[in-house]
Amino acid sequence: MHILEAEGLTLRFGGIRALADVAVAVPKGGITAIIGPNGAGKTSLFNAISGFYRPERGTLRFDGADITRVPAHARAALGLARTFQNVSLFRGMTVLDNIKLGGHNRLRAGALGALWYLGRAAAEEARLRAEIEREVIDFLEIDHIRDLPIDALAYGLQKRVELARALAMQPKVLMLDEPVAGMNREETEDMARFILDVQEERGITVMLVEHDMGLVMDISSHVVVLNFGQVIASGTPAEVRRNPAVIAAYLGERAARRRVA
Amino acid sequence: MRIGDFHASYRHDEALFDTRAQRVWLGLLLAALAAFPFVGGSYLTYLACLLGIHLIAAAGLNVMTGYTGLISLGHAAFMGVGCYAVAVAERAGIPFFLALPLAGAASAAIGLVVGIPSLRIKGLYFAVATLAAQFVLGFVFREWESVTGGVRGANVPAASLFGFELAGDRRVYFLIAPLAVLMLLGARNLFRTRVGRAFIAIRDRDISAEVLGISLFRYKLAAFAIGSFYAGVAGGLWGYFFRVATPELFGLPLSVFYLAAIIVGGLGSILGTILGATFMTLIPEFLRALVGWAEAFGLEQAGVYLAPLRQVVFGLLIVGFLVFEPHGLAEMWRRTRRFFHLWPFRT
Repeated sequence: MHILEAEGLTLRFGGIRALADVAVAVPKGGITAIIGPNGAGKTSLFNAISGFYRPERGTLRFDGADITRVPAHARAALGLARTFQNVSLFRGMTVLDNIKLGGHNRLRAGALGALWYLGRAAAEEARLRAEIEREVIDFLEIDHIRDLPIDALAYGLQKRVELARALAMQPKVLMLDEPVAGMNREETEDMARFILDVQEERGITVMLVEHDMGLVMDISSHVVVLNFGQVIASGTPAEVRRNPAVIAAYLGERAARRRVA
Repeated sequence: MRIGDFHASYRHDEALFDTRAQRVWLGLLLAALAAFPFVGGSYLTYLACLLGIHLIAAAGLNVMTGYTGLISLGHAAFMGVGCYAVAVAERAGIPFFLALPLAGAASAAIGLVVGIPSLRIKGLYFAVATLAAQFVLGFVFREWESVTGGVRGANVPAASLFGFELAGDRRVYFLIAPLAVLMLLGARNLFRTRVGRAFIAIRDRDISAEVLGISLFRYKLAAFAIGSFYAGVAGGLWGYFFRVATPELFGLPLSVFYLAAIIVGGLGSILGTILGATFMTLIPEFLRALVGWAEAFGLEQAGVYLAPLRQVVFGLLIVGFLVFEPHGLAEMWRRTRRFFHLWPFRT
């Protein structure tokens, strides 16, 4: 059963083809990694799935529905969450307010109710706060920083807060763009543990783009390899690692021949 | 020195005034506000009324510009819409407690008309679109004589409640002050909920706001409508206070005045709105006093320079704050407070 399926996805910027006829099927409940050399189109694929880029051709199906024409903000309501390669938190807010924004779609208060902050608006804020504390802040072990502004945090913690914000959306699919880029070994291990917990305990399907091959091979159940905007291989980590086309893409043709010989 | 706050529940943690000291101060402030016109004298009461109007208008602009990042150069024109709306409503016999919300609604509706085409563009381009709105509305105020009275303006009758006329500064004060308190509280509340958070998210990083499910267009429009609503109510009060609506009152200089007030006070801060509007209301009075002294000491021509001096001082203040204290008076206040909280252990 696939929760997310892309078919024939083609995306062009001027003369450059960022994605060419890409087909990806993401199995429900697993961890799917998208890997490939720099400029292979990994982030472009993520942006097409989030709805920032409108593909020239191809279809996107999410949880049984065609979302090819659905605008970006409406995809969030369907259960699609993501983080960005460069941390993109809201710097004018505290950690707690950033995370609360993840719950935006599940709240209902309108502008008028918000001005009075009585009745429903206050009640749903209190509910959201309790839920976030229980399910996100405790889980990610960030209770000591909840009142700090984003700028006061180390880079690794910022990445964790971004994950918290995405989790507060209670998504069906969580897309992580380079979740451990620039982290040291300890931070990477923490993040790997969180990603596995998210997938195992909450049943959230995870998609990730990552250059850290150790992490990819350790935690993912399914790997898709992109090169020059095309899918050149997909399968389990072990299958992909043996695939000559993948080795050629990463190490060059000569190295690949030597390795196979 | 204060060590920290102890909160036993999330609700307590999210309360606006969470310590006993804060509540006591708040009560004292409200009592002082109620007693002010009886103690303060006519000049101070006049200033307080003017300040109340400026506070509401500046709060509206801060919601738009400071919190949502939509720079508006047409705020005064939206106040004008509210002021003329009150004039028209009073002519139709509508009492003030309906006329003021109507003034806000009329202004918000015009805001939507302006916002729907112009919110598709961002930043400076949007600012220029609001500048266009400023001039177009100014043109309408001058030329639509049957409604606005043209350049001669329209008279606004005194607000009255069951035959009791709210005429004179002291009585109008009791219309303006409670509204100013309520509307500032409303603006503060807005940013404790999803709506206000969405505004800040759009200002800080619109792409990630979209990923979280925030429709940029809808929320920018909402911010614009709320800002215009505040401007409309402020304009309506302006009408009840000065009893006249003329086109040149609501020109570009007033729009720039409000922009200056929120920059000096602190963008994206309600405390900043209060400090900035107060500061900017008092500056012209201070300059007038200065010119008065200068004349008393023999500089007879000093009065001639008062008007240009005002513009120069406003300009210098904007530039000075942008360069030296971009977070405005609110940040200076916070720094001072922190200093005394931690004293004598850290300076």
